Amino acid sequence: MSDVLEPFRDPGRLRGLTHRLCNLTPSKPIAFMHVCGTHENAIGRFGIRSLVPRWLRVIAGPGCPVCVCPPAEIDAAARLSLDHGVILATFGDMVRVPGRISLAEARARGADVRVVRGVHDAVRLAERHPDRQVVMFAVGFETTACTTAAAVAARPPDNFTLLLAHRLIPPALHALMELPDLRLDGFLLPGHATTVTGTADYEAFAAATNLPAAVAGFEPVDILLGLERLATLAVHGRVEVTNAYARAVRPAGNPRAIGITDKVFEPTDAPWRGLGVIPGSGLSLREPYRQLDALDRFGVTLDPDLPESFPGCECGRVMVGLVEPEDCPLFDNACTPSSPRGGCMVSLEGTCHSRFVYREVRND
Amino acid sequence: MCLAIPMQLTAIDGPQGVVDTGGVSCDIRLDLVETPRVGDYVLVHAGYAITVLDEAEAVETLALLTELGVMDPESPE
Ligand code: SF4
Repeated sequence: MSDVLEPFRDPGRLRGLTHRLCNLTPSKPIAFMHVCGTHENAIGRFGIRSLVPRWLRVIAGPGCPVCVCPPAEIDAAARLSLDHGVILATFGDMVRVPGRISLAEARARGADVRVVRGVHDAVRLAERHPDRQVVMFAVGFETTACTTAAAVAARPPDNFTLLLAHRLIPPALHALMELPDLRLDGFLLPGHATTVTGTADYEAFAAATNLPAAVAGFEPVDILLGLERLATLAVHGRVEVTNAYARAVRPAGNPRAIGITDKVFEPTDAPWRGLGVIPGSGLSLREPYRQLDALDRFGVTLDPDLPESFPGCECGRVMVGLVEPEDCPLFDNACTPSSPRGGCMVSLEGTCHSRFVYREVRND
Repeated sequence: MCLAIPMQLTAIDGPQGVVDTGGVSCDIRLDLVETPRVGDYVLVHAGYAITVLDEAEAVETLALLTELGVMDPESPE
């Protein structure tokens, strides 16, 4: 593996895969959904939609953990930082997501909001500031939840707590299938979440929904290989889960990460922007770790009355693939990356942000 | 958020490791991977290695593409 990325960006292989894809002859147009913001970013960045045949539509699903996080959680983070004087640590994307006020606005009013690379850096902050309370606002799917669990299992100092906003992907896929207007022929599965979880849940999902799925990585060859395998399954009416990212994803996932996550967290019902409350799609701390819950420690509750999005923002419907960003009247108008009106325009993984930055052009 | 980058492990000290990518090195946590070894490529997400990349599988995927007639870089168009 002298160069780990180059062969997976090779134009010759991309041409070959495009050729194979274009040789398939489906009897009707096909739509696949991916559920990963990193996929959407890579698809835009590498121009993948301009390489696939016209009969194939690749839809962005609810794959951006920053974007699915409803305003009530942002609001709780802002109140913790403003009213309780904590050091609020979180990922950079979260700082600008609009809420009643964003964390950037809270910071402007004097809140101590710090951007960290991950939960371990927040634990280090707590160690360095024993006289302060440090709260990690932890968002992310399975890929990130296991890192939070690892930090909890490693016994952080007493002045460290968590505002948990993790979400799990498989329950969201089931919720998507309930949407009456969404017609899909298969799922491109998120390579990094499945690195942790493995593919068992998705095998069960494929069987239950009669839809094929392909695990794909994030280089252009990985994505096209995933799409080509998935299209081949769909065209031949085969329902299975294929792994097009074998160098990172094993069928059983990462048992150590699964074990630590299960030890620390239990599933709980959680709200998603665009999908409402999905049973078992969030994570809460198990009994032995409950003292690490920031909402409990500071007596803060999530405000049930906050709206899901700003008026006019189509984030909820963009997130589940019912409309494209360009269909939102605010897109590239009142809403831009420098002045975002919804989470989808803030995060580098947000569908509106990717569409704004890469301005994809189809090869029609 | 779920961005994870392949980096090479250059040093291990208990649950801590050092990785290098293109000459930039940084500290990471190794709590989530079994028996990592110096020289391994790991996927790093939010400061943690989340898996060790399987070099043999990488080679196999590329070989399979060539076998399927998907051109490799050297072959003429
Ligand atoms: S363009 Fe802006 S306002 Fe419209 S859906 Fe996207 S984030 Fe929301």
